[in-house]
Amino acid sequence: MKKILVSGKVEGIVLKSEKPINFLGTVDKKTGIISDENHDLYQKSLKDIVLVFPSGVGSSVGAYTIYSIKSNQAAPLAMICKKVDLTVATGCALANIPLITISDEEFSSIKNGMKISFDTEFNQIHYQ
Amino acid sequence: MELTKEEESALKGEHGEIQQMAYRILVATGEATDAEKLVPIEWAHLSGVNYNTIGDAGEEFLSGISKHARVKVKTTLNPMGFDIDNVSKYGLDENFISKQLSIRNSYETMGVIPSFSCIPYEIFDIPKDGTQVAFAESNAAIHANSYDNLKTNKESAFSALASAIVGKSPNSSLRKEDDPNITIRMKVKNPNELTYGMLGFFAGKVGDTSVNISGLEEMDKRQTKAMCGGMGTSGTCAKFIFGEGNSDCEKIDFDEKEMQNVHDELNTAEKGDIITLGSPQLGLDEISDLTGKLKGRSFQKRCMVFMPRTVKEQSTKIGYTAELERAGCEILSDCCTCLSPLISKESVDAVTTNSIKGAFYLKNSNGVGVNLKPLLQIVEDETR
Repeated sequence: MKKILVSGKVEGIVLKSEKPINFLGTVDKKTGIISDENHDLYQKSLKDIVLVFPSGVGSSVGAYTIYSIKSNQAAPLAMICKKVDLTVATGCALANIPLITISDEEFSSIKNGMKISFDTEFNQIHYQ
Repeated sequence: MELTKEEESALKGEHGEIQQMAYRILVATGEATDAEKLVPIEWAHLSGVNYNTIGDAGEEFLSGISKHARVKVKTTLNPMGFDIDNVSKYGLDENFISKQLSIRNSYETMGVIPSFSCIPYEIFDIPKDGTQVAFAESNAAIHANSYDNLKTNKESAFSALASAIVGKSPNSSLRKEDDPNITIRMKVKNPNELTYGMLGFFAGKVGDTSVNISGLEEMDKRQTKAMCGGMGTSGTCAKFIFGEGNSDCEKIDFDEKEMQNVHDELNTAEKGDIITLGSPQLGLDEISDLTGKLKGRSFQKRCMVFMPRTVKEQSTKIGYTAELERAGCEILSDCCTCLSPLISKESVDAVTTNSIKGAFYLKNSNGVGVNLKPLLQIVEDETR
């Protein structure tokens, strides 16, 4: 872990994107499904997975979208990014979704569908 | 980030859910911006007020937390979407109005002063030099850091709200750094407020956290605000330091050519169907000056003039409001050109304005054309 933005302990299946995510306008705030057909996660649901993506982009209002998908029980269990940005950081803080950043090498080694767990208290990530 | 024992226990939830959420926001923001601790603040200024920008998700969030959240320090508020006194003239739908009033109500319930202004530095007393504040409105943060000797991050809507609730804010680089590595040399002669707006816009693009700026002459309030507004629009930079800076600073000239580039980016129409003045909102000095310039003249098309409510009240007492209305101005308080739902591309093709900040949002958010002119030129061309 490079940085711990929002602490917590999680275990879940990875949904990975190679593209940044603009939460405002790309993610349906009721269902947590990616609605942008140009995105590599198009039609995928963010519900109850560990979302791994490079970083957030776009308007800071996107933080409210993260809060909304959490309120609608359609949010990821945790998020893992390469780079921090304030929209995802504050969105995860609002919604209490654990958020960490990792190195580029670690990011490349994570594959879609793998099981991952981490606990920010012990600063450890486990892959299976 | 190093937290005190007290802060740690609040983050764990021992002081309730609202405090816990606020601390989570401050810690996430602080980690993201390399702050090592939280510092007490005396004043927060919040963005995230206009229903046009925060939408249903924002309205629902604010309504939810307002049941329990209360601000701990003096907290003021950015503009909302309309002026309740004349909203009926602008054809906004019922849903917009009721959601906007709900947002207003949520903030008032939390103890926020309903100032609805993007120029808090002009309508409230400035605290003593070096005071830590937390301003989310970009032009206000830049003004506070550069002209008012205050210290603030360029806060997000969320970090400013969390700072208001906790009374602390992350000690990020803007609160510490006074040594930018870039110096912009102002090379344009006879600048007006539009020139300064473009200079600010240029500086915001090349600067990271703060920039030195040299070659400036004495500036009036209109020009100062234009420069802060321009800078806040184009990037993350949130402080001007006046002077040449260190000798090892990278020097970048702002000359006629660079100015033309900014102008070409934002000036997209030959003429406007309406005129807007105020982005940032106009203060009393500017209203007084505008009234003088309009003596015996009238606008030949619609001219929307945006100002804080307190300025409108003062203007009415002095007689400026009546004089501006006689000259054909529509006076609007509590809202601003920037992100206004009152200007739509269905009814307007292009807007004439002297504001770079206004131009950027009119073009990118409202989707209308923009015709840029300094105020003197607007008065000359558009009034008789």
